[in-house]
Amino acid sequence: MKIVIVGHVDHGKSTLIGRLLLDTDSLPEGKMAELKRISKELGRDAELAYLADQLKEEREREMTIDTTQTFFRTARRDYAIIDAPGHVEFIRNMLTGATQAEEAVLIVDVKAGLEEQTRRHAYLLGLLGIKEVIAVINKMDLAGYDRESFERVKSGLSGFLKGAGLSPSRTIPVSARNGDNISKRSSAMRWYKGASLLEALDSLKPKETAERKPMRFPVQDVYDISGEKIAVGKVLSGRIRQGQEVKVLPSMAPARIKAIKVFGKTLKSASSGANIGIVLDEGSLARRGEVIAEVPDLPQPKNRFKADLFWMSEEPLRLGKNFVFRCATQEAACVAERIERRMNSSTLEIIEDSSSELRLNEAAAVHFRTERPVVLEDFDFIEELGRFVIEAGKVPQGAGIITS
Amino acid sequence: MDYLDSLEQKTVYIVREAYSRFRNIALLWSIGKDSTTLLWICRKAFFGKIPFPVVHIDTGFKFKEIYAFRDEYARTWGLDLVISRNKKALEEGMCPDKGKMECCNALKTDALKKTLKEKGFKALLLAIRRDEHGIRAKERYFSPRTADFTWDYQHQPPELWDFYKTQAGTEEHIRIHPMLHWTEADIWRYIEREKMPVVSLYFAKNGKRYRSIGCQPCCASVDSRADTIAKIVRELERTKIAERSGRAQDKEDSYTMQKLRSLGYM
Repeated sequence: MKIVIVGHVDHGKSTLIGRLLLDTDSLPEGKMAELKRISKELGRDAELAYLADQLKEEREREMTIDTTQTFFRTARRDYAIIDAPGHVEFIRNMLTGATQAEEAVLIVDVKAGLEEQTRRHAYLLGLLGIKEVIAVINKMDLAGYDRESFERVKSGLSGFLKGAGLSPSRTIPVSARNGDNISKRSSAMRWYKGASLLEALDSLKPKETAERKPMRFPVQDVYDISGEKIAVGKVLSGRIRQGQEVKVLPSMAPARIKAIKVFGKTLKSASSGANIGIVLDEGSLARRGEVIAEVPDLPQPKNRFKADLFWMSEEPLRLGKNFVFRCATQEAACVAERIERRMNSSTLEIIEDSSSELRLNEAAAVHFRTERPVVLEDFDFIEELGRFVIEAGKVPQGAGIITS
Repeated sequence: MDYLDSLEQKTVYIVREAYSRFRNIALLWSIGKDSTTLLWICRKAFFGKIPFPVVHIDTGFKFKEIYAFRDEYARTWGLDLVISRNKKALEEGMCPDKGKMECCNALKTDALKKTLKEKGFKALLLAIRRDEHGIRAKERYFSPRTADFTWDYQHQPPELWDFYKTQAGTEEHIRIHPMLHWTEADIWRYIEREKMPVVSLYFAKNGKRYRSIGCQPCCASVDSRADTIAKIVRELERTKIAERSGRAQDKEDSYTMQKLRSLGYM
């Protein structure tokens, strides 16, 4: 299971990761000795954070710059832990980490409380589709393990999360540095009766697969194998079957699945998550960017849609300016036609009800028009056809989810 | 779909995405277990015939078992094998005694630069994994490199969900890492399941085996009695020794790997 750890700079994300690795006995021999040596070179106390902060620049600046993944396992399952930088300068790297995760842990320093990136990260998790988070209130040792301080931060946090459309499944008082309530309950906080962080992680349920949804298959590429055209791609949802009646979108051309192929085998059917090749009946064609969908549950291709968008580029989004829209394997030129509810993504304060531009680290409801029809779904229905990026110069400038 | 399927399926998606974006692409095959696994998955992704060249960077210092394995399977699998050597540096006597970092740079990085230029590859598939080394854990799946091969690790482009970087024209080439999400134990479990061939050096002989293979002078064996794949998997579930502990280039100082990688090392 992939878990991202987010929160404001210096609230202890990298230290928490170091602690998880240490407590689950996931460090190779000699790693702690190496850490002590490096810490000494830098003239500091042994820092658990250096287990995640591997770049020289990160250790010297005492700050995570780029996202990292590390691995540990409990008796229940394997985890990949994604460290996300907490500084506003590196929000793109935080998003890189967060969009790979299934679940999130939001960390808050008990003395500092909610800060700018605490709120922005929480908001972004909600915007990008992670609705459940485990909240950990860190550095309890520095607050004398005081219950009142914990309750104060907890109540402020849950109020904010509710406003951002998130619900914390649990809020846990911890000290990452000392290991309180990480792998086992802390004797320093007997007033806390809930789960430790590892218990909370182990109790998370993996996301449901999209197998029961209608079949969607975006074409990734077409290969010519011994004179036969094989369209390859990943089944996003549902089940694709030999003989199935389908349509090739956006043109709506009818077709039939003649064969489903993987190396050395022909399959009767394949379900969501499988990367396969298909052969269509005589006369039917499909290209990269087209979506094969089962009849009768078809989405209506459109060239206008509305989305919640986060902007992460120094270069603003402006009305009428050309960008490239990417969704699954689809790509189309696009422009923003209306920008509504332009918002500060940390305070959630509305800057303008209607605007001509969207700037760095702001979010808004944006109406887009694409130059040709695209196949979209509601994010809550089929995620991968409901999320997208906006690019310029082949670099993502914004990310969002389709709302209508 | 089980856990190994999900790892494999993600890799298939990435290599197909890579090939759809860059027809002039190549796979770097060190003949080690990771790049052999990547090669194996590419064969599956492309229905048995890999439609691009497979490059072996040959320093001349590899174990003889590596050369034998390479030649046998290049034939069996019908690979378009390209051998990349820095002949000039070898003639001038480059070897690990001249400095490990210098040697890696000349015989691997410079050899690759030359081949890349000659063949005009715009993208390279590499089998690095995040769990191998802290610096590799910072990598993206699609990572742009400049003309002099530098990796600008402080300003990596964002990589959201599975929207990968395509070329902007300002980069020399894109490094693509389809195995980033695998761990060492995953690789061995997969090798076991697929009944994949691997170089015999990985299996214990006289109480020693190699966990990571490359150039003979710079690889040390580890104590082990694991002489079958199943035993290797069991050993890895218990070990506390880092995989690359036998690799000299990781050790010179705390940041050798960071320096090597920023200069274009694999």
